[in-house]
Amino acid sequence: MIEGSQQYWRWREYHLVFPEKRPKQSSIITAGVDIGSVSSKAVIMVNGEIYSISIMRTGSSSPDSAKKVMEWALKDTELKLSDIHYIVGTGYGRVNVPMAHNTLTEIACHAKGANYIWGPTVRTILDVGGQDIKAIKCDEKGKVLSFLMNDKCAAGTGRGMEVLADLLKIPIEEMGAVSLNVDEEPEPVSCTCVAFARTEAMWLLRRGWTKEKVLAAYMRAMAIRMCNLLQRVGCESELAVTGGQSKNVGIISRVESLLGMKTLPMPEWEKDGRDPMAAGAIGAALFAKALHEKAKK
Amino acid sequence: MRRRTCIITYYGYMDGSGEYYIVIDSSICDGCGLCVGQCPKKIIETAKAMIDIEEKIVATVKEEHRKNIKYECLPCKPDKETPPCVSVCKNNAIRIIWKAKA
Repeated sequence: MIEGSQQYWRWREYHLVFPEKRPKQSSIITAGVDIGSVSSKAVIMVNGEIYSISIMRTGSSSPDSAKKVMEWALKDTELKLSDIHYIVGTGYGRVNVPMAHNTLTEIACHAKGANYIWGPTVRTILDVGGQDIKAIKCDEKGKVLSFLMNDKCAAGTGRGMEVLADLLKIPIEEMGAVSLNVDEEPEPVSCTCVAFARTEAMWLLRRGWTKEKVLAAYMRAMAIRMCNLLQRVGCESELAVTGGQSKNVGIISRVESLLGMKTLPMPEWEKDGRDPMAAGAIGAALFAKALHEKAKK
Repeated sequence: MRRRTCIITYYGYMDGSGEYYIVIDSSICDGCGLCVGQCPKKIIETAKAMIDIEEKIVATVKEEHRKNIKYECLPCKPDKETPPCVSVCKNNAIRIIWKAKA
C-alpha cells in the first residue's frame, strides 16, 4: 500500500442491538430499510421500539445493499427475516428493496422518524443526505405539512464532504470540528458544486489558504444554501437536522448562527439507537407497524 | 381552530438565476389529471401518494424530471402569462413561484 492511502472519506459503519427490547411471543416486529445514495440504514422495531439498527455504505446495487444491511441488522438477534411482520422500504433506492411489503417516500419517513427521535415539538426538519437536501415541515404527530424537494444537483451535501475529506486528508468525522478552528469566518465559496469542489478547494489551497479556512468557506456556503431552503418552507421552531450531516458540527453551528435559532441536540443514540442519520429507517419501521395493524383490522 | 392538513410539495430549484418552484397542494388536488395533458414537456403525471397511511391519487412531477426542472420548464417560464398547468387546474392546486434574481 502507498503511504498515506488512508481512506479519509470513510465514515463509521455500525450495528447495534438492544437486548432489553428483545421480542416476546406476542410482539409486533417491524422493520424499516432506507437505501440512500451514500448510506443504507436498517432498523428493526419491537412494538415500536428500536431493537436493532445497522448503517453501512450503499453499494453499486440497491437490492444487494438492502439485503446486506438487513442481514446485518438481524445479526446477533434471535430473529430471522421471516419473523418480521412488516417491512417498509424508503429512500432513493426504495423501489429496489426486494423484501419490502410496501414503499414510502423518505419525506414521510423522515418526519415520522424525527418525531420519534425528538418528540412532538419538532416542526421543521432539515434532512441533509448524501446527494440532496430537503426541508420538511410537520405537525405534532410527525405528519408532513409541506416539503421542498431537492435542488437540481448534489451541491453541498454529504458526498461533497467525502470529496473534500479525501482531498484535504482529514478524516470525515473530524471535518466539522476542524472547520470551526478559524480565527474569522471566511467568505463562502462561490459554488458548492460537488464536481467542482476539488478544483475550487485546490485553487484556494494554492492561494495559501489553510485547510481549516477552505473547509470553513465550503461549509458556510452549504449552510447558506440550507437556510435558503428552510426560509422557503418557513422555518418554525423546533428545528431538527437529520441525515448524515446531522453529525457535522461545522454545518450545524453555521446553520444555527445564520438562522439565529438553535437546532435540537443530538440524542444519545449509542444508548437507544435514536440516530438522526437513520431517521428515515426509523420512520419507515414505525409506518410498518401502523400498516401492519391496519392490515390486521 | 385545528389546522387543515395540507401537504404542499415544492419541486424546483434555487441558484444564481433566482428561484423556481412548481407547488402542488395534495390536499386540494383531486387527481383529475387535466394538467398532465396540458404540460408541453409531459413532466407531470398522476400517481399514488401516501398521505400518512392513506393512499391518494394526486398530480406529481415525474421522478426522472425532478432534477431537470430548470430546463424542462423553460418554455413556460417567462412570466407574461399563466403556465398551462396552473390555468387548467379548476381547484387551484398548482401554482408556480418564479423569482428572478436582480
